[in-house]
Amino acid sequence: MAEYSAFSLLRHALSGNREWKPAWRKPSPKPSYDVIVIGGGGHGLSTAYYLAKEHGITNVAVLEKGYLGSGNVGRNTTAVRSNYLLPQNTRFYEHSMKMWENLSHDLNYNVMFSQRGVLNLAHTPGQMDDLARKGNAMRHLGVDAHLMTPAEIGRRVPGLDMSQSARFPIVGGLMQERAGTARHDAVAWGYARGADRRGVDIIENCEVTGFLRDGDRVTGVTTSRGEIRAKKVAVAVAGSTGQVLRLAGIERLPIESHVLQAFVSESLKPFLNTVLTFGMGHFYVGQSDKGGLIYGGDLDGYNSYAQRGNLPIVEEVMSEMLAVFPSLATIRVLRSWGGVCDMSMDGSPIITTGPLPGMYLNCGWCYGGFKATPASGFCFAHTIAKDAPHEFNAPFTLDRFNRGTVIDDKGQGPTPRMH
Amino acid sequence: MLITCPYCGPRDVSEFAYQGDGNRTRPDPASTDGDAWHAYVYERLNPAGPHNEIWQHAGGCRAHLAVIRDTVTHEVSSVRFARDHGAPAHVRRKSGAKA
Repeated sequence: MAEYSAFSLLRHALSGNREWKPAWRKPSPKPSYDVIVIGGGGHGLSTAYYLAKEHGITNVAVLEKGYLGSGNVGRNTTAVRSNYLLPQNTRFYEHSMKMWENLSHDLNYNVMFSQRGVLNLAHTPGQMDDLARKGNAMRHLGVDAHLMTPAEIGRRVPGLDMSQSARFPIVGGLMQERAGTARHDAVAWGYARGADRRGVDIIENCEVTGFLRDGDRVTGVTTSRGEIRAKKVAVAVAGSTGQVLRLAGIERLPIESHVLQAFVSESLKPFLNTVLTFGMGHFYVGQSDKGGLIYGGDLDGYNSYAQRGNLPIVEEVMSEMLAVFPSLATIRVLRSWGGVCDMSMDGSPIITTGPLPGMYLNCGWCYGGFKATPASGFCFAHTIAKDAPHEFNAPFTLDRFNRGTVIDDKGQGPTPRMH
Repeated sequence: MLITCPYCGPRDVSEFAYQGDGNRTRPDPASTDGDAWHAYVYERLNPAGPHNEIWQHAGGCRAHLAVIRDTVTHEVSSVRFARDHGAPAHVRRKSGAKA
């Protein structure tokens, strides 16, 4: 029987909730493992989970510098979608979407996945044509998408300014109904618990300070808690990818780290029952189950590891919000924060063997890594276990930039701050 | 974040367009060395700490600037004219960056 269930809730309630077990252990690192995963964020934890579940590799350690879920997995704006244009991205993210749809059952942990839809607004006929093209590309690969008229959008999102006198009048939109949101902390905790129950050691407050090498081959890591050896060392550290790989002597990567800000408003009554994106700038917003609006916009636009941004973007995001929702002018912001994003040169991720023997690399998530969490871990675990990519991550190589096979969904070119 | 333009003095970051990593050198346009072009177009040092970068005072005197800025603290430690450090090799015609 599942550990978490209505029955177990009742049973523990009757005993005063004193007998719950911690969701994961706090083990000390062993001298060696089959696989070390550096990074206890969503992708590192899901990688460990699928290594154990799909490939039977349970002698695994996840090393986390801080506490579990302290990085981007606990900082993002929680949207989950698979509305991409290029087939490599669509197949990968749609695989992720299908995993999300069963994730709470699979983990026996409620990740509060809510398929409330993601609606991209169009403000010009040209944008509408572009969304139609994208929707057709999605439907061609079996992903749900449909165009919405202004009347349909007005009924679905009553707070929107649908008037012709709006600064950017809304002429339509593209809806993916199966998209939505999930509770980000629960995703980290659910994967951690699932991996832990299968024998994975999750070691928090353990910073990697160097790599152990035998010639070119990576044979383990030195950490703030001593040396740990491993047959395979996997790196899933998002915005810190450059810093960690520098410890292995790799100075240059097709990645820049940028800061992305996010904002939460005070709680409102139910106001927005979908995730909405504005088309004449960069603004996206959803409403949490607690009632707060969760929203964000562009990167600050320059290299940064600061985990905090500057005021021009705050002003820009707020003004874009008021362009679509004038009624929110008096709503107060509860808090804002910044997360470090590993922006790749084509806006698509990297999940691959290498770049050194014995090493595996998962990075380049830009600001879209949260929705990829299940498929990223699933594909990375496959790549580590088989020393070859899964069909869904085969295009996401590190050498695609040199071979001319970039996957640039936005057609933006090698300007990471604009993806 | 303030950047002190050598012409205009300290100005808000929103007046400036970020032109990216200033550590790169464009190969000779006649070069057919694929690896050299790959390094120039796609590879970045991406340091956590002082970073050489190119900014343009797009909302001011429009000068291209060679800036040393700390990517952890956002502290700007040096601003000089880019032309004094060789032309900003990768400045694009379109300055689409929002500060």
